[in-house]
Amino acid sequence: MISATSDTARFLPSAWMLSSISISSSSNFHVTAPSVFVVQTKSISVTSTEMASFKPTKIQVYPKLGEKVTQDTLYWKNYKAPVQIKEFGAITNIDFSPVAPHNFAVTAFTRVHIYGPFSQEPVKTFTRFKDTAYSGRFRSDGQLLVAGCEDSVVRLFDVSGKVALRMFKGHTKAVHVTDFTSDSYQILTGSDDYTCRLWDIPNATELNTYQEHTDYIRCGVTSKLNRDLFITGSYDHTLKMFDARLDKSVMTMDHGHPVENLLLYPSEGLLVSAGGRYVKVWDLLKGGQPLVSMKNHHKTVTCLSLGSNGQRLLSASLDRHVKVYNTTNYKVVHNFDYAASILSLGLAPDDESIVVGMTNGILSVKHRKSPEESKETSGQQRRKPSYRVFVKGKNYVPKQDDYLVSKPVKQHLAKYDKQLKRFNVSKALDTALETWLRRRKPEITVAVIKELDRRGTLKNALAGRDEQSLFHLLNFLIGNLVDPRFAPVLVTTAEMILDIYRSVIGQSPVVDRQLLRLQDLLEREIDYQKDLLEVLGMLDTMFASSIPRKEVPCSGISRSNGLGQGEASTSRPQLQAT
Amino acid sequence: MVEHGDIRVVHRGGSKINFREPVITNDSKFLLCASGECVKVFSTSTEECVHDLRGHTDLVTGVIIKPSNHLQAYSCSADGTVRLWDFTDGILIKTYVIGHPIYSIHASASHEGVVFVVTSMHADKRPDLLQLVAVHLPRSGDQMVEARELSAVLSDVSSNPLAIVFGRGGEYIASTKGLKLEVYLFRKQKAYSFFLKEDNKKGRRNTFTCVACHPKDDCIATGHEDGKIRLWRNFNQKKEYTYSTLHWHHSAVSSLCFTPEGTNLLSGGIESVLVQWRYNQEDQREFLPRLGAAITHITVSPDGSLFFTSHSDNKITIIQSCLKVSAAIQGLVKGESVTTDLMMDPRSKSLVLNGKPGHLQFYSLQRDKLLYNLDVVQQEYIHESGLQQFEVVKAAFDASGNWLATVEERKQKGAEVELNLKLWEFDEQTQSFVLNTTISAPHEAQITGMCFCHSTDNQTTMLVSTSKDGHFKAWQLDAQAHTEAADERPSWSCDFVGAYHSLVPECCCFSADGSLLAVSFQEVVTVWSTASWELLTTLSQPPKAIRNLCFGRLSCSKYLLGTTGNNLLCCWNLLTCSLEWSTSMDVSLLLADPISENMAAFCRQAGSTDLFVFKPSEPRPLFSQKAVCPGKVTRAIFAPREEMLESCEESSQWLNRSQLYFLTQHMDLMTFTTKVEEDRLMASSKQLVIDDSVAMTPFYLLLGKHRQQDSGDAQSGISTERTPLPQGSVAIKELLQTPAHVLPSTSFLCSMFVQSLLISVTEPREENKATEEEMESEKEEEDSEEEMESGTTRPEQAPLGRHAAESAAPALTKAQVRELRRVKKLDRSWFAGLLDS
Repeated sequence: MISATSDTARFLPSAWMLSSISISSSSNFHVTAPSVFVVQTKSISVTSTEMASFKPTKIQVYPKLGEKVTQDTLYWKNYKAPVQIKEFGAITNIDFSPVAPHNFAVTAFTRVHIYGPFSQEPVKTFTRFKDTAYSGRFRSDGQLLVAGCEDSVVRLFDVSGKVALRMFKGHTKAVHVTDFTSDSYQILTGSDDYTCRLWDIPNATELNTYQEHTDYIRCGVTSKLNRDLFITGSYDHTLKMFDARLDKSVMTMDHGHPVENLLLYPSEGLLVSAGGRYVKVWDLLKGGQPLVSMKNHHKTVTCLSLGSNGQRLLSASLDRHVKVYNTTNYKVVHNFDYAASILSLGLAPDDESIVVGMTNGILSVKHRKSPEESKETSGQQRRKPSYRVFVKGKNYVPKQDDYLVSKPVKQHLAKYDKQLKRFNVSKALDTALETWLRRRKPEITVAVIKELDRRGTLKNALAGRDEQSLFHLLNFLIGNLVDPRFAPVLVTTAEMILDIYRSVIGQSPVVDRQLLRLQDLLEREIDYQKDLLEVLGMLDTMFASSIPRKEVPCSGISRSNGLGQGEASTSRPQLQAT
Repeated sequence: MVEHGDIRVVHRGGSKINFREPVITNDSKFLLCASGECVKVFSTSTEECVHDLRGHTDLVTGVIIKPSNHLQAYSCSADGTVRLWDFTDGILIKTYVIGHPIYSIHASASHEGVVFVVTSMHADKRPDLLQLVAVHLPRSGDQMVEARELSAVLSDVSSNPLAIVFGRGGEYIASTKGLKLEVYLFRKQKAYSFFLKEDNKKGRRNTFTCVACHPKDDCIATGHEDGKIRLWRNFNQKKEYTYSTLHWHHSAVSSLCFTPEGTNLLSGGIESVLVQWRYNQEDQREFLPRLGAAITHITVSPDGSLFFTSHSDNKITIIQSCLKVSAAIQGLVKGESVTTDLMMDPRSKSLVLNGKPGHLQFYSLQRDKLLYNLDVVQQEYIHESGLQQFEVVKAAFDASGNWLATVEERKQKGAEVELNLKLWEFDEQTQSFVLNTTISAPHEAQITGMCFCHSTDNQTTMLVSTSKDGHFKAWQLDAQAHTEAADERPSWSCDFVGAYHSLVPECCCFSADGSLLAVSFQEVVTVWSTASWELLTTLSQPPKAIRNLCFGRLSCSKYLLGTTGNNLLCCWNLLTCSLEWSTSMDVSLLLADPISENMAAFCRQAGSTDLFVFKPSEPRPLFSQKAVCPGKVTRAIFAPREEMLESCEESSQWLNRSQLYFLTQHMDLMTFTTKVEEDRLMASSKQLVIDDSVAMTPFYLLLGKHRQQDSGDAQSGISTERTPLPQGSVAIKELLQTPAHVLPSTSFLCSMFVQSLLISVTEPREENKATEEEMESEKEEEDSEEEMESGTTRPEQAPLGRHAAESAAPALTKAQVRELRRVKKLDRSWFAGLLDS
């Protein structure tokens, strides 16, 4: 019994959606706007009975669409403009040194560069690779660095030296995964030959080989708490946890997609894996039970990182986005956009900088703003007084016998308000159409036009303009007519302008061109609206068919009270005037 | 009327004060206004109403000060009498019976014993033909005198009192009507007429609207419909008269007035700008803009220091001669119609309705005073006729008075209706409503109804609005869940949109516990659950649309009452979902008393309105009265009483806890009163003997009595000068002059302070003795002050009879003075003493 509108209403609880749908059903031309704008205002009403001063034009505050300002967005936006460094090839890995000053190793093409926290040039470069290097990682003391290579040799470097200290040979194919175990004497490697191996650093010998994966191993982590545990992820869709004391894996989890990256929580109770478009969280203490599966990227997720002391999880993807999740509810709280597909991501301790490596070989380093800097920017937003206030006599303290003549406080009015106060309607419109206003704050211009309309003088204000000012006016219309916020006001304005200047059409090529542009714009807009309506109609039918209809209990009872009116009233004494 | 003789319909408050121009007494202390059937005397310093001069039985149409005695005033009324009042004491001195309805009254000092009234002598022949008649008031000692000596001065005059004015020293009288200016010279006994052309070119209208005469010069100023002011000179002959034209107003000049010295001419009109023209240098103008509403009358005090302007929004503004607004006396603004319903503000217990354009007014019925105006639209009001502006059309309070919802609307020809729904939150700090959320275009068409969920235990506040676009929307206050920023207050958003067969919803009503919402869609009532927004049931009563919908309260909350277009009053039982009873009556308004089960139904019958008060559960009405007033009643409200009445009579019990106010067709605010209530009012009004210059506030009543005794002794001959304001007793002075930070807490002082004002027992005196020794050191400075006191605190008889024997009064006051002084000295041991005693 309920109409379709109210059915859909239950599924789209926001006012925004509701109104746009309700409009669509009415299907008139003005569908451009979701007409409900809920705006919170902080203005205080004038309630006193004293003589009111001039009330300035009310500028409608429109809600900002898009993301809401939360603590998170404020936090993650508080970075400086990125520093871009061009590397020789795609950047496959970024690893931060665990010890201060937290240098980071960037693996790109045949080199591993080490950058200082604020340097734009590498402080150190390792170039002794025969082929593409992979997975340059620091040891927990920051002294040693290990890297795999396309030529299947794993090299171990001293951070201060140049030549490889050790070479681990044994893999038959490219080694994409290298890591130190937590006792820092062993190295874990994973290779495209489907094996992962443990190596002893002092002897450069192979300790163990695990051949359980059935496809390339492209990621792996070692436990920071237990020197014997490590986890690898492979393109065979599985994650396997190995114990060095045993010869086989102790736990296997199925990610469902080729696994690109792995991350262990500091507590090591939870494991995060990325693969395909999915980021999945596993509970290791419950035997690898999947906890959450997130699908927020629309291309393969390539890299994971933890930030804010494990409070936030970051994932980077080929879709050029970095998403920040809250690790309590796994909701996306922020989003970064980058220029190219992201292959690697690194986050400095305390989120001091975000380093992102992309397929086009560009390394983007964003540093956090220092507190002074962030304060500075907010200070810039505050308007500084443009002129010095004449202070003479302002600091005079009246003596006891002085008779104080209070001067009324002068109300500050905007330029257009001053003109409106004097009923100079054309001048008010001129001031509102000043270049700065109409470009930066079209809502003010629209508010003035609306105010003129309310005063019934819009026609007077629009009339009698020369070519130049009519050009500006039409320019403004073309820019803002299809904006759903302004359309209701500007459509009437446009109609009025056409009415007024109908007789002079064809006399000025400038104005004519503008009118043609306007016509073009409107035609395009009408097409858009038609398309939108079609989509909405489709949605409506889909909703209507997907909801089981609920029968409204009515009928029997309500019919009886309609029909049984005669007997009901006779059984009761009539309410009559006496 | 026959059955319930003790319940009467009376005017109570909210009458017009801008009907005729206000009259200022010679000492500029009081302002006399014709207000309905009485004359109101306002104090110009406090803006409070000091007296109601009651006696006329019809509309008062004019007030003037008696030229030969400036303490008396004449008033005339449509009941055909002229009454003479002593307005300082509020006493009716004499009544002169003329016998014909009087439209205005004029008098001049040079015509003693004569008043000029405008009346229609030949009411039977041509009622629209009015005459200016000189009435010789007979000297006789009787209260009621019939004035027989009438002589016509001018015929065919305007009923507007502004169109007739006396010239310099009462030598001539000028009258305008239509396009004619007529001047009657008393010395020559001759009338001259001057005509203007209609002059319809360019749409100008030359019709006279008002006239004013220069007090020192032979000059007449006339205002015209097209906004022009003409200054006429040399008019004591037919031929050589001249006039000059002044033009500033863009529409009709509604009032003109010269200052007493004739140096300035004041004019006003619909622009609500007071224009001051310098006489003889008319290009020098001064303006006082934005006076709030169209100016209807302008008056200047006899000394020229104050201007008074009446406005169309029932307001009198007091303006200093330097064109600075000093005060405003605001009556209930009624305008053309009440678009919002009548409402009660749950906090201030004041009546709320739309007032000035774009405002909501809060009017205290108890004090008959406007509390404040809430600016809803917050836009500059353009004073121009024929302009469509935003109007407040709907408003609703929630049960606790924390939230106020308003709907403003602007209709434009050919364009869509502009709607704004605003939600206001009560701010404890500023004690007023602060805008919280603005929703522009909440619906696509006009909003037909709006109501808050009235249950108090409910956590969420909910508002439902119904609109002609076929939807009703539920709005809810957001929880602060998703906005983590601390400075964001919760705001409102849409929670649910409902519709029923694309019918137009008309009324909506929440049940007493807030669990059910009833919305009427033409002839169908739909009942929704507010928790799940499910349509629970539909009730219908074809074939006509539902007009009113109302849930029962308290024990009758299971009943839903509705009235339909085909004269049916139906009561549904929501437990059985069936019709409980129905009766046929043409109910124009159905109303539930919020604090009892009672419901009131106003029914139209044969051109007048009947009232029924009933309980939904009982078939017999509690009270019914036929012909409450002529015409239709569309707005009414139950107002809770401040103190309960204890009436035992069954028929008037429904008035015990609340009062029923209603607006008649002619926008008069009426109420029902019982005999008990009237007796009480009479008794209290006799008790109050009030000084004229001070406002009647509870504080004043407390202090005023004290001072009256003082001034009674020092009463000298009556002077017209302004007496200095009372200083109060020394104790009070002491209290008020001591800095607040050295005083103990108010709770300590209060009881003592109040005691000091009473004349009471001897106990404090003993205490005084006990503490006398401590006072020794202060003795000297006290002595000097006591001399001062002696003038004010001399022994006198207490005003109340039962205390007549007490002679301890002055000593006691002194004792209290000492106490206060000791407090000032910060002697903390004193507290212990006081607490022990």
